[in-house]
Amino acid sequence: MDFGSINPVVLIASLMVAATPILLAAIGELVVEKAGVLNLGVEGMMIVGAVSGFAAAVTTGSPILGMLAAIVAGAAVSLIFALLTQVLMANQVASGLALTLFGLGFSALLGQSYVGIVPPRTEKLNFGFLSDLPVVGRILFGHDILVYVSLFLVAAVWYWLNYTRGGRVLRAVGENHDSAHALGYKVKRVRILAILFGGACAGLGGAYLSLVRVPQWTEGMTAGAGWIALALVVFASWKPWRVLAGAYLFGGIMVLQLNLQAAGYRIPVEYLAMSPYIITILVLVVMSSNRTRRTLAAPGSLGRSFHAAG
Amino acid sequence: MTPPLLSIQGLTKVYPGVVANKDVTFDIGEGEVHALLGENGAGKSTLVKAIYGLIRPNEGTMLWRGQPYAPNAPAQARATGVAMVFQHFSLFDAMDVAENVALGMDNPPPIRELAARITEVSNNYGLPLDPSRMVGDLSAGERQRVEIIRCLLQNPQLLIMDEPTSVLTPQEVEILFRTLRQLRAEGRSILYISHKLEEIRSLCENATVLRLGKVVGRADPRQESARSLAEMMVGQTLHTPSRPAAQPGKMLLQVTDLSVASPSAFGTSLKSVSLAVRAGEILGIGGVAGNGQDELLGALSGEIRANAEAVRMAGEPVGQFGPNARRAMGLLCAPEERLGHAAAPDMSLTENALLTGAWREKLVTRGFVNWGKARGFAEKVIERFDVRTPGPWVAARALSGGNLQKFVIGREILQRPSVLVVNQPTWGVDASAAASIRQALLDLAQAGAAVVVISQDLDEILEVADNFAALNGGKLSAPRPVQGLTMDQIGLMLGGAETGETDVAA
Repeated sequence: MDFGSINPVVLIASLMVAATPILLAAIGELVVEKAGVLNLGVEGMMIVGAVSGFAAAVTTGSPILGMLAAIVAGAAVSLIFALLTQVLMANQVASGLALTLFGLGFSALLGQSYVGIVPPRTEKLNFGFLSDLPVVGRILFGHDILVYVSLFLVAAVWYWLNYTRGGRVLRAVGENHDSAHALGYKVKRVRILAILFGGACAGLGGAYLSLVRVPQWTEGMTAGAGWIALALVVFASWKPWRVLAGAYLFGGIMVLQLNLQAAGYRIPVEYLAMSPYIITILVLVVMSSNRTRRTLAAPGSLGRSFHAAG
Repeated sequence: MTPPLLSIQGLTKVYPGVVANKDVTFDIGEGEVHALLGENGAGKSTLVKAIYGLIRPNEGTMLWRGQPYAPNAPAQARATGVAMVFQHFSLFDAMDVAENVALGMDNPPPIRELAARITEVSNNYGLPLDPSRMVGDLSAGERQRVEIIRCLLQNPQLLIMDEPTSVLTPQEVEILFRTLRQLRAEGRSILYISHKLEEIRSLCENATVLRLGKVVGRADPRQESARSLAEMMVGQTLHTPSRPAAQPGKMLLQVTDLSVASPSAFGTSLKSVSLAVRAGEILGIGGVAGNGQDELLGALSGEIRANAEAVRMAGEPVGQFGPNARRAMGLLCAPEERLGHAAAPDMSLTENALLTGAWREKLVTRGFVNWGKARGFAEKVIERFDVRTPGPWVAARALSGGNLQKFVIGREILQRPSVLVVNQPTWGVDASAAASIRQALLDLAQAGAAVVVISQDLDEILEVADNFAALNGGKLSAPRPVQGLTMDQIGLMLGGAETGETDVAA
């Protein structure tokens, strides 16, 4: 096949943009799952973030304020989940699914008057002469702030989980909540904070879709990105750097297939459109196929409600 | 006179509907090993949770060296000088030893420094431990070392140990006791909870006996016999299971060269296991938890399939059959995990009786459940095995562990099995109920069944079994007659020594 019409530098630069929403959502969900909570409401939190961020940015004229609003909105929606699962002890799977359905409907309601509006432009960061360097400039120094924020978050989460006391406590809570409780850690508090962080990240990821990647508001615009983020966390064996690799793989194939579509290759569009999902999952399944390693990586208390005894 | 290290005065803790502790008063002196004795449900755990700050008592006071002591959280208890080794370990499988230790400390040093201190302290106390190993890969004895070292690093004055020896081999118990005596020599106090009376007699100077939340006796265990202590605990005369000698009959269960992979990641695969049990015989299988017990039960019950020839029942190959086919032939099993394996927690006792009794008790006709008959069967189990419950409509989850255990064992025994396999038949059951379960197993063998008892409680095996075999790393030792077997030989068998020679260098 002839890839000549596709510029690899542009491809890499745009795959980073395409991957950022799911990367943000996935890194947030990774922290939630490491704390032992399975929140299937990522899609719902993302789209509420998308619409809230969009509305705030259009109203104030500032994309940064829009993103802050999306963080708050995502966290607020996740608080519903936290209330249901941590206080009222509802089933996590059912609550998460309900949250997604709620988010999709609620965002459509909120977004009715914003359809067809163009949001304020999110500027790329200016690195001076660095941005003008060939190849490197475009890939490393040609992005808006959120791309860097998302990369920073991956590094920060990785460092925090593995090398700080707080991260160790969070992993302990997710690994065995009864033991953590016996040692005197506040299981519910840790989990609620983790859920809020996951909500904030998902909200931010959603806002990136509506403010930068697309950029406009349409109903149901997340189109399964939240589910891909969830799948990424599992297949990345709950490891931050693998989440990054998986997200960029997904973004890369997404961009590539769009380019192929545009270049008019005679592959039916439907196959191209499904390819990012299939290939990402295939690759991650192969990477995590070692059975014992995968079981080791899954937090021991994932998805189980915690009832303090005594 | 100096005040005692910890003085507990009139402590009462009430849960909705239950009085867990009522007016409990006792003292623990400096450098004293104090035993807390009592049956399951006597209120021992509640009491130590109050001392460790996990729960707050409703009434009563505690004095620490004469000063008021009322911890709100474990961190406060640890700061005062109280440390606790839990019965069910408070460890994290997917983390290494150093991380596990760090999680139990309030101000842990950096991991590398901590690892060096773990190595140092563990060698000082004769409990070698590699700080970089994953806890999920450790044996039960090693896991307990992690707990103990976690406590010792905080330099505690009072060490609480909740049933520390229930999962250890006799040799590991010896090592533990040496460490505990060393701690006492250093002037530290130990509150030792156990129902193994021989251990308490060899270790403790003082004992407080709890029954139904109240202090019913104090004793110097060195002056008492194990039997008198046990009778203080249960408040009645104990009935020791009796066993008339029986002639073994025909071969009922024969396992030949059985190797199966474990279905779980942290499990142990069975490696070439062979055993044979005759009618009227009880084979006891000992071993430290996690050496293939669950897998052996699964392979015998039919949950794990093997090739047909590997398992034979009265000569018939059954290895390829699932549990229902084996049940129909008379091979019944009672697994260790009560909630979720032996019984469905949210189903009523009637439904649970139906789950395994459907075939042999003919509770199902043409695909329809005969509920009247199922309820009758459940009521029979409840009555014959003295299960304390309002009735068969109660959910299995609502029963205490001991009562549910009586129910699941009774349910199998009343189906008149020709082969019965039980795993940990008296786990968490109080002394008198344990005695009646053991008696029921003996009666069953007497009536001509072959019984396999898998247990970590060696005293239990010695009490009921005719032959003893040990599981170690998925391998089963050759069975030996229980009569004349010494604890040292058993320890060697559990440790995997094939020959079982009599001279022990311990």
